[in-house]
Amino acid sequence: MAVQEGLTAPSSPERTRLWSQTGILVLFLGPAAAYALIFLILPYASVFRFSVWAVENYGIHQELTAANYLRIAENPLYRAAIRNSLLVAGIVTTASVVIGYALAVYIAFFSGRGQSALFFLLVIPLWTSFLLRAFIWRMILGRQGILNSALLWVGVVDKPIDVLLFNMFSVCLTLTYVFIPFVALPVYAALEKIPKDLIEASMDLGGSAWVTFRRIIIPLSLPGVVTGAIFTFCLSFGDFVTPTLLGGPDVLMVSSVIINQFGASFDWPMGSALAVIVIVIVATGVALATQLERRNG
Amino acid sequence: MGEAMRRWGGGLGTLFRILGITSLLFLYLPIVVLILFSFSAGRTFTFPIIGYTTHWYAALAENSDLLRSLKNSFLVAAGVVPLTLLLGIPAAYALSRIPFRGRGVLEHVFMLPLMIPGLITGLSILLLLKEFNLGLSLFSVVLGHTVACLPVVMAQVTARLRTLDPRLEEASQDLGAGTIETFLRVVLPNLTTAIVGSALLVFILSFDEIAITFMLTGTENTLPMYIWASLRRGVSPELCAIAALMVAVSICLVFTGLRFSKSGAE
Repeated sequence: MAVQEGLTAPSSPERTRLWSQTGILVLFLGPAAAYALIFLILPYASVFRFSVWAVENYGIHQELTAANYLRIAENPLYRAAIRNSLLVAGIVTTASVVIGYALAVYIAFFSGRGQSALFFLLVIPLWTSFLLRAFIWRMILGRQGILNSALLWVGVVDKPIDVLLFNMFSVCLTLTYVFIPFVALPVYAALEKIPKDLIEASMDLGGSAWVTFRRIIIPLSLPGVVTGAIFTFCLSFGDFVTPTLLGGPDVLMVSSVIINQFGASFDWPMGSALAVIVIVIVATGVALATQLERRNG
Repeated sequence: MGEAMRRWGGGLGTLFRILGITSLLFLYLPIVVLILFSFSAGRTFTFPIIGYTTHWYAALAENSDLLRSLKNSFLVAAGVVPLTLLLGIPAAYALSRIPFRGRGVLEHVFMLPLMIPGLITGLSILLLLKEFNLGLSLFSVVLGHTVACLPVVMAQVTARLRTLDPRLEEASQDLGAGTIETFLRVVLPNLTTAIVGSALLVFILSFDEIAITFMLTGTENTLPMYIWASLRRGVSPELCAIAALMVAVSICLVFTGLRFSKSGAE
């Protein structure tokens, strides 16, 4: 390195190098950083700013107030919406982790020659429209839907089942369906990195398959689980497509309330305050999960 | 394979085979059913299927609203893909190779839209645009999608850079090439697979995106917004046909992507 600098910058090589590093940094990183500042940091900051304003006489009154947050704390409807979203995200994350993990273990260790084909099957859903995968379940679960008609046809039931659609169950089922690959893929990536020798060594030393699984496979694949769980939790917590298409009156979720504030109610400050709460909850979730991973890692 | 590995594949293996195959069925049966009903002659989604037809597919070609939304989705993706690549590739390179104060924080900032729900990313940009009295259009949709897709490009490129031997770049610089020349002639050619992979991924993410589009689109609809609007009137066989086609496109893209990354690895 020193030789090259001596050749190109004979006067003060160190300073030239430093300057050129800064120049390169600005040139390479500058555009993306500027873009992120304008279309990411400023917008998120706007959400915080709007959240401490309030609507008065059909206009936004730009004066600092905690009124929106107080209303959220007092209003049982808002509190229920946040609670429902947390509950749904919790159920969906747990279910997706369990199913996604089992699927990843199967593909990584027990699928034999079909492994690359199955990996392909794992990636496709991630590249397929979220909206589309939610609406499939609307088709399947409806009163006159595919599942009911199949059950009637086979003769398992003699009248259609009503409880399948427009409730907590259909929302959680659909979101779990959507997010299983989000967990399975990072877990698979982590499992792939575990040397097969390690498994063999553990088995040779007399560990049972179960002990090997618990003491070697699970700890080493934990980072993949955490990544998948974070994505699933954050994205299912804030999803509005599924609750709108498949939810019912008992699963009012915070995303639907936010949309309502920005639409029919036209109370942008209130919508922003709810959005801030979502951001805070999501950030807390990410921080907790990262902490958990670090402590175990 | 020794006795030890046979025990590993025994009871535990059987358990995971059952669980794995069941989950795959759970993931794919609905898609099979969807494709089946896109060819069903009846208008309702009930078993048994009485007859088969390609009528619904033929009808799509005459649906002008649909075709217009399809064109809009292509227009948006055509803006988002080059924009994210141009911004993301050099930024990922700078972040992985040049140490500076605040680098860690900046990396996290770029990744924020992956964690924060699209609805909120969308409405935050909506608030900003309103503050500057800017209207909504497909252009604002492009701006929003770019925010959301930038971390995807950066993550893929960063992952590839991690496996790229930095001595290659040192060698290039020792031989007298500047940083920019090294980037263009040594680094970029080695990033081809990551670039093609992320371009495909960004294309499909933008093409399928709904939450940000929902907040930021003006009077024009993208394909997912068209589907969304139609879904409010209920599921129809036409929608099934569109969905089946979208699944087919996704399969082709994944196949291309995996093929490409495999040929790059060899």
